[in-house]
Amino acid sequence: MGAKAITVTSGKGGVGKTTTTANIGVSLARLGKKVVVVDADIGLRNLDVVMGLENRIVYDLVDVIEGRCKLRQAMIKHKQFTDLYLIPAAQTRDKTAVSPSDMVALVRKLRPDFDFIVIDSPAGIERGFRNAIAPADEVLIVTNPEVSAVRDADRIIGLIEAENKGPGQLILNRVKMDMIRKGEMLSATDVTDILAIKIIGIVPEDASVIPASNSGIPVTLNENSRAGLAFRNIARRLSGENVPFMDLEANSGFLQRLARLFGQE
Amino acid sequence: MSGFFDRMLGRGRDNERSASKAKERLKFVLFHDRISLPPEQLKAMKEEIVAVISKYVDVASDDVDIALEQNDRNRNIMRAEIPFSKNSEKDGQAPSTSGDASTPATDTGP
Repeated sequence: MGAKAITVTSGKGGVGKTTTTANIGVSLARLGKKVVVVDADIGLRNLDVVMGLENRIVYDLVDVIEGRCKLRQAMIKHKQFTDLYLIPAAQTRDKTAVSPSDMVALVRKLRPDFDFIVIDSPAGIERGFRNAIAPADEVLIVTNPEVSAVRDADRIIGLIEAENKGPGQLILNRVKMDMIRKGEMLSATDVTDILAIKIIGIVPEDASVIPASNSGIPVTLNENSRAGLAFRNIARRLSGENVPFMDLEANSGFLQRLARLFGQE
Repeated sequence: MSGFFDRMLGRGRDNERSASKAKERLKFVLFHDRISLPPEQLKAMKEEIVAVISKYVDVASDDVDIALEQNDRNRNIMRAEIPFSKNSEKDGQAPSTSGDASTPATDTGP
């Protein structure tokens, strides 16, 4: 049946869904996989800018679904990876322009030509979310170590299970190791304990993520970025590799601890 | 001195540990979210359960313990420990049929 369809969702907005989708897509392409990323956030198109492909859009997802263009015409080839494509969301329409069965049909057409189809879900639990999870073989839930994001993730997990798409796997984004060490932030163990779900990625807060989005070059292409490494690891796990979780404390060397010891407080 | 070691190990003081507070609060709120039963309704339900049982036997209401357990996302169990009062055989409260007080007759109407 070809490609595996992976939907990236979260419930809460602003936790890093689009960044995660872009980085997983690019990371899988780097591994030599054939990948198409689909922006299912109709009306709030963003995956194109994060991936640096905004200038190349002619047709979008809704054009394909409504038959105004061929599927291939709406697939934008990535600048660097020849086996990576983006299907952008429509910007001037809303979620009702697409139905869950439209998404299933679209993904069915894409499957034979790809290894992975990565779908960026909109925030929320309404139509857009249902569209995004309808064709999914696997759902990745992005959350932050923060009460509101974790609560929303739990709700999403419940809904995914109700749709028989569960249980899904968790990506904990924007983890600040220094705060966890001080007991000021939920750790990955805390979050998986609360949500009772498997974790596939722990992405540290990293100042190189925003500059990467600014320039439309996903952070996974930055070899020195720890968030980039975390995304590359997620892609390898999705490809079936067994990759140990990276040591998020690697940054906090002995000298930094000493500095903290003699520093403020 | 323990503060020194705490800082050495990168730990904060107790009053800084908002993470454990977050965990506790999340567990509580998610518990109620998952069973769609807000805390106030759960409290009302417990009171009703005790009231129903009290119609038949004297309940030691101070020692009632009704707890909900969530073992994983989809397995919820309610366990109730509802002790009877020591003097549950007191006059006038016994079931109309003069059967064994420890096994109330099933035909006792409400």
